[in-house]
Amino acid sequence: MNLTLRIWRQKGPEDKGQMVTYPVQDVSPDMSFLEMLDVLNERLILDGEEPVAFDHDCREGICGMCSLMINGEAHGPQRGTTACQLHMRQFSDGDTIDIEPWRARAFPVVKDLVVNRNAFDQIIAAGGYITAPTGSAPEAHSTPVAKADADAAFSSAACIACGACVAACPNGSGMLFTAAKITQLSLLPQGQPERYTRVIGMVDAHDEAGFGGCTNIGECAAACPKGIPLNTIGRLNRDYLKATSKRAGTPGS
Amino acid sequence: MDLFTTGDPIADTKAPDGPIETRWDRHRFAMKLVNPANRRKLTVIVVGTGLAGGSAAATLAEQGYHVKSYCYQDSPRRAHSIAAQGGINAAKNYRNDGDSVHRLFYDTVKGGDFRSRESNVHRLAEVSVNIIDQCVAQGVPFAREYGGLLDTRSFGGAQVQRTFYARGQTGQQLLLGAYQALERQIGLGNVEMNARHEMLELVIVEGRARGIVVRDLVTGEISTEMADAVVLASGGYGNVFYLSTNAKGCNVTASWRAHRKGAYFANPCYTQIHPTCIPVSGDHQSKLTLMSESLRNDGRVWVPKAKGDARSPKDIGEDERDYYLERIYPSFGNLVPRDIASRAAKNVCDEGRGVGPGGLGVYLDFADAIGRLGRKAIEAKYGNLFEMYERITGEDPYEVPMRIYPAVHYTMGGLWVDYDLQSTIPGLFVIGEANFSDHGANRLGASALMQGLADGYFVLPNTIANYLAAGALDKVDASHPEAVAARTEVEERLQRLLAINGDRTVDSFHRELGQIMWEHCGMERSEAGLRKAIDEIRTLRDEFWQRVRVPGDGEGLNQSLEKAGRVADFFELAELMCIDALHREESCGGHFRAEYQTPDGEAQRDDDRFSYVAAWEYAGTGQPVLHKEDLTFEYVHPTQRSYK
Repeated sequence: MNLTLRIWRQKGPEDKGQMVTYPVQDVSPDMSFLEMLDVLNERLILDGEEPVAFDHDCREGICGMCSLMINGEAHGPQRGTTACQLHMRQFSDGDTIDIEPWRARAFPVVKDLVVNRNAFDQIIAAGGYITAPTGSAPEAHSTPVAKADADAAFSSAACIACGACVAACPNGSGMLFTAAKITQLSLLPQGQPERYTRVIGMVDAHDEAGFGGCTNIGECAAACPKGIPLNTIGRLNRDYLKATSKRAGTPGS
Repeated sequence: MDLFTTGDPIADTKAPDGPIETRWDRHRFAMKLVNPANRRKLTVIVVGTGLAGGSAAATLAEQGYHVKSYCYQDSPRRAHSIAAQGGINAAKNYRNDGDSVHRLFYDTVKGGDFRSRESNVHRLAEVSVNIIDQCVAQGVPFAREYGGLLDTRSFGGAQVQRTFYARGQTGQQLLLGAYQALERQIGLGNVEMNARHEMLELVIVEGRARGIVVRDLVTGEISTEMADAVVLASGGYGNVFYLSTNAKGCNVTASWRAHRKGAYFANPCYTQIHPTCIPVSGDHQSKLTLMSESLRNDGRVWVPKAKGDARSPKDIGEDERDYYLERIYPSFGNLVPRDIASRAAKNVCDEGRGVGPGGLGVYLDFADAIGRLGRKAIEAKYGNLFEMYERITGEDPYEVPMRIYPAVHYTMGGLWVDYDLQSTIPGLFVIGEANFSDHGANRLGASALMQGLADGYFVLPNTIANYLAAGALDKVDASHPEAVAARTEVEERLQRLLAINGDRTVDSFHRELGQIMWEHCGMERSEAGLRKAIDEIRTLRDEFWQRVRVPGDGEGLNQSLEKAGRVADFFELAELMCIDALHREESCGGHFRAEYQTPDGEAQRDDDRFSYVAAWEYAGTGQPVLHKEDLTFEYVHPTQRSYK
C-alpha cells in the first residue's frame, strides 16, 4: 500500500520543530509500524537527508522504549499494543498518518520523536522499591501471599513505563504510572513497612518533575498498552489520604 | 590451520579444589575483604543495567562502594533482560520431586554438553536458592498457588519443576526488582547513573582496567571516566546475525573493545538458536520475536509427511502429519533441549517439508491441548502469547496452528573469566551473558536469568572485593596519557565513520553480514561453509569501510553513527566466531558441525581433542591466538547426551 506520513521533525530541544510530509510506497501489511519507519529512514539516508530519530529497542512490546503518537493516539489505533507491535495491516492504502512525539511538560523533546523520560526514574528513586539489601532476605516461603493479591500485584507490575499514559492525559499527569508501582508494592506483605512513606515520596517526586495533576479523565487507562486500569489511581489516592492523615512514618501510625 | 596461532594454555582459573560442595564457601573465606570505611573511597564502573549489571551496581552501592553505572537505553529499566519470558531456575525443591543443588548442577553441566567449568556451575546452583529469596523480598510478583506459596513449572530439558515464573514476563519482573534496588541507591546518591551513554573504549593503566571512554548519545560528548575497577555487564552478541530475538540496540562493542585491549574472548562460536520464534515475514524484517518455550509443554510440533504439501493445515489428516519430535525423541518428545529442537526443525525444512512463506516454518499445534483442557485453560496459560502471535502474523492460533522457526537467541560464548569473574585484564570483571562461564556449549531454559542474578547479586560483589582489597591503586585521572590515547582513538574512529560518506546504509551491511553468518555459522556449520564465510566477511568488511554512509555529525543524537560503530565491531567478531567454529572439529551443544555427527544425525563430541575452553587473544584482526583451558570433570562424567 501507499501512504502519506506527516512526521514531527525537530533538530534539538531548542528547535521549534514542524510537521514534514513524506510519501512512502509499497508498504507491506506484514511490516510493523517501526519497520515501515526503517524503510523510510533507509531512503532518507541514501537521499542525503537526516533519518527520523525515534526510540525503540526490544520491538516486542516489553522494554517500553517506543513512544509514538500516531494520529493523535498514544501507540496508535490498536488497543493494548505498543507502536513496535502495531502492524501495517491496521492501516489502509492511501491513508495519511500523523506521527508525533509524546507531548508533556515532564517529557521534553530531545530530537524528532525522541523524548526524555528521566522523570519516571526519579519517581521510582523516591520510593518505588522495597528496601531489601542483597543478602538480607528471609526464606522465600516464610511469607505466603494470597494468590489473588500476587496476581493483582503482577498486573500492576506489568507497567512498562512507556509514558503513553502521560502523553494521552490532557493534564500530562503521570498518576497511572505512579499508581501502578504503588499498587504492586502495597498489595504485598513485603511492601507494608514503607507503604505510607513510599506514597508520599513518589507523589512528591511526581509533582516536582512537572507532571500535571489527575482529574480522573481516564485517557491514561484507555491508552495503556498493558491494560493498567483506572482504579489503580484510586488505590494510590486511598494510600495517600491515609498517609497524610496518619502522618506516615511516625511509630504506631 | 592457517587462520590462527596457538599460544600457552591457561594454567590457572583460580577455581579452588577439594570437595565441590564447599569450594565456594572456602574460597569466600580465603578472599580478602575491604573495610567498610574504605569502600566509599573506591569507585567501580558498571557497564550495562540488565539483570547482571543492575543487580551488581545496586549490591556494590549497598555495600558502600561508589558506583558509576552506564546504559545505552534511556533508562536502566529497559535493558534487554526485560524481554525474558519463561522463568528462572532454582534448586529449592519445593515440589519434593527429587531436585537438589547437585541435580541442578548436574543438569546444567550435562545440558551444556560438557563444555563448562564444574566449579562455576556448582556455585551457580548453590546461590540459585538465594536469588529466589532475594527477589521475593524485593516484591517480585512471582506466580503463586492458592495456598500463597510459590508456583513452579518444568521447563525445556528438565524433568523436575524448578522454574519460578511471573506469567510470561519473568525477566521483566526480575529486572524491575534489580532496577528498583538500583534506583534506591541512585536516590541515596551512591550510584551515579548515566543513561543514554555508550562505552566505546576501555582505559588500561599499568596493565589494569582503570576506566572507560563513553559517548553521551544525546549531546555527542565524549568523556573519560576513571575508576578502581570496571565491570562489563553488556550482554550477548546475538545481533551479529542481524536477525535475532535481541533488542535492536544489543551489541558487542563494550566486550569487543575490551577484547582488543587484551581480554580473551572465549568460545565465540557457541550460540543458541531458540526453536520457537515467529518466522520471518519478508525482507523488511528487523528482528525476530520469541514465543516462550513453555508453549512446547502443550503444543505439538509437526510438518506434513509429504514434501511441498501446500494445503491448509486443517486439510492435512492425522496420518499425513509427521510429529517429528515425538517420533525421533519418544521420551522427551516436544520438550527436547533447544539445540536439538532447532536442528530438527531445520532438517525437516531442508527436506522440503517446511510450511509458510519460503518453507521456513513448522507447525506448533494446540488443537489437542484445546480439546483436552478446553480453550479457557489454554487462554489462562498462554493468552498473552497467543495475542502477541496474532498481532504479528494476523492469524488466530486458537483456530490455525502457529508457525514457528528457530532464531538466534542467546550467546554462551563471551569474554573469558576466571572463577572470580575477572577477565585476563586485571581489574576488568565480566558478568551475565557477556561472560562465557556457566552454560558450556548450550544453555538450558530459565538459566540465563539465574546466571545474571547469581553473578550480580552474589558472586561479583564478593570476588571484586578480593581484587580491591589487594591495595590502593595510584590515583589516575582522565589526563593520564593512556586515558588520553583511548579517548583519541574513539574520536578518530567516529570521525572516520562519518567521513566515508559512501553509498550504502549501515543496515544494508548489517543485514548482509547477518545472512552470511546465518547461512554458514548458524544452526549447522561445515569447513567449506566457514571458510567461505570468512572470505565473504573480510570482503564485506573492507567494503563497509569504503562505502558506508553515516549521515549527520557526532555533535548530537545520531542513531546511524551509533549503529555504524556497533556493526564495525560485529564484523571483527564475526570473523573470530567463524575461526572458532572452524577450529572446533566436533559438534557440541549449539555448535553443530556437519562433518561430526553420529550415524543418526546427533552431535558427536570429541572429548579427547576438544574438552577445553577456546580463549582467543586479540593480535590484530584476523590473527587470533588460541589459549586452551582444559576442562576436567570430576563429578559429572561426560556421556553422549541422549534425549531419546
